[in-house]
Amino acid sequence: VRQYVVQVVFSITFAFSCTMFELIIFEILGTLSTASRYFHWKLNLYVILLVLIFVVPFYIGYFVVSNIRLLQRQRLLFACVVWFTFMYFFWKLGDPFPILSPKHGILSIEQLISRVGVIGVTLMALLSGFGAVNCPYTYMSYFLRNVTDSDILALERRLQQTMDMIVSKKKRIAMTRRQMYQRGEDQSKQTGFWGIIKSVTSSPSASENLSLIQQEVDALEELSRQLFLETVDLQATKERIEYSKTFQGKYFNVLGYFFSIYCVWKIFMATINIVFDRVGKTDPVTRGIEITVNYLGIQFDVKFWSQHISFILVGIIIVTSIRGLLITLTKFFYAISSSKSSNVIVLVLAQIMGMYFVSSVLLIRMSMPLEYRTIVTEVLGELQFNFYHRWFDVIFLVSALSSILFLYLAHKQAPEKHMTP
Amino acid sequence: MASLDRVKVLVLGDSGVGKSSLVHLLCHNQVLGNPSWTVGCSVDVRVHDYKEGTPEEKAYYIELWDVGGSVGSASSVKSTRAVFYNSVNGIILVHDLTNKKSSQNLHRWSLEALNKDSSPTGVIVSNGDYDREQFAENPIPLLLIGTKYDQIPENKRNDVLARTAFLSEDFNAEEINLDCTNPRYFAAGSSNAVKLSRFFDKVIEKRYFIRDPCQATAFTDKKRFNFKSLHYD
Repeated sequence: VRQYVVQVVFSITFAFSCTMFELIIFEILGTLSTASRYFHWKLNLYVILLVLIFVVPFYIGYFVVSNIRLLQRQRLLFACVVWFTFMYFFWKLGDPFPILSPKHGILSIEQLISRVGVIGVTLMALLSGFGAVNCPYTYMSYFLRNVTDSDILALERRLQQTMDMIVSKKKRIAMTRRQMYQRGEDQSKQTGFWGIIKSVTSSPSASENLSLIQQEVDALEELSRQLFLETVDLQATKERIEYSKTFQGKYFNVLGYFFSIYCVWKIFMATINIVFDRVGKTDPVTRGIEITVNYLGIQFDVKFWSQHISFILVGIIIVTSIRGLLITLTKFFYAISSSKSSNVIVLVLAQIMGMYFVSSVLLIRMSMPLEYRTIVTEVLGELQFNFYHRWFDVIFLVSALSSILFLYLAHKQAPEKHMTP
Repeated sequence: MASLDRVKVLVLGDSGVGKSSLVHLLCHNQVLGNPSWTVGCSVDVRVHDYKEGTPEEKAYYIELWDVGGSVGSASSVKSTRAVFYNSVNGIILVHDLTNKKSSQNLHRWSLEALNKDSSPTGVIVSNGDYDREQFAENPIPLLLIGTKYDQIPENKRNDVLARTAFLSEDFNAEEINLDCTNPRYFAAGSSNAVKLSRFFDKVIEKRYFIRDPCQATAFTDKKRFNFKSLHYD
């Protein structure tokens, strides 16, 4: 990523997103006066929306267009065209959802936030649905298949054999082509008519042979690629098995159990929310503490503890989601980057990240106790928060179910191939 | 169709530097139309005339093994890649002239390939850091190729060429800078073609014609070490 502009834009997006989270934390902690907090919120929101909706898509359009060689000349013009189509679709997005209220004008903050929120929430729900299912699957060693060294060796041997076959076939092709080339040279010395007849009779068999071998080579190459990927898979599984035997591995394994319970609970809650068509009014922490107080009869100062615990939980959620997002993004980036499209990818990632953060602010409101919700509600105007929560639950459930299905299929398919009895 | 002797040459480098285009150009004398990401390893064969133009001329198969991936891959990918590194006779290191990181990664690439190759002959790797002495007595010939030469703007060319000259000194190797979309660079008689065929000749010599008597003992020593390590398994 060499363009200075791209780097600046990305860092701005990131910085402002983090400031938003800091503001939330300040909310809970109660530092700084209310008025200044309010002001900072507003400022932050304005800037982020500006960047997300105007600047970033424009640059994305610009870079995409400059990659297509045909349109090099009128880059700016085409970038503007792309940007306008983006704004149009962005606007249209608002129609099917019940978020337009007749009081506000066109360019008010609420409209923009609502749309950004919709996209971001969808994204978040998809990611967290998949993550909620994937996490227990990867962490728990229950799911690990038994891979022995001999499996890996056998597969590697097959890979080597396939490569050798490919090599020998390619040698034949090269030799045949070389002979044809040499014969072609000899033929050019022969005089016209007889030479032409000879070339007609002799070359078809050779070239037919060539195309046949070429097809076999293509099939073998495909096979070798598959074998390579399978071997990588097996090696990775073997390493994970070894890792799980170490102390660190066991620790993560236990964490994995806890986390999977949490994920299952979340899915359960999402189902209940949809089925019974209600949105939680109180946050889980307060409710959990209330339940424990009621059942166990322990004297707890609910307010005091709930504040601290919710602060810690919110902090953990924020940190892990930021970390998880950045790690996934970097992996993704390395996997598909090339020097041409890296600018576009960075900008797309910045856009995704910005939307993700904005919508997670919206959703974090769900986890915060009542008294802290006020300022968020105040700043963001009259958004239909309930709608967002419902929408999130729906998409979360859908993506979790589909990823369960997907993983189940993948899991079933793999062990049948190379398990030694 | 007489079967010729073979020589195995690895083509290593970062993702996207142009190894597949290079191999295609070397073997088919044509430019690769639609390069796509190499998964695993793709092999291509070139028939090379050793000592061309002399009465001792003999044709050899040169297998170019183009291994895909990056140095920072997971260790599972690396250990699978090690399957391809067996019995290598020569290495072509490819880097992108427009991308500095790819040249820096070449050190790690060469270490990866050489570590897999050298059985315990006493070549100690100092935790992966670069050590020039290793390359000085390295029996495997190296060739350094810089690609995307045409994409460097005119004013920066000298800096880039100076940097690559330094790099080739580090590796004790020859270097070629070219553009894989232009077959003109390997036209017969050009200096690039001469360097290339010299490199291939060197590889064939090291493999089939052992010159020095001390190298002969080194070879047999290696074989004995190999045997011992197998025995302990």
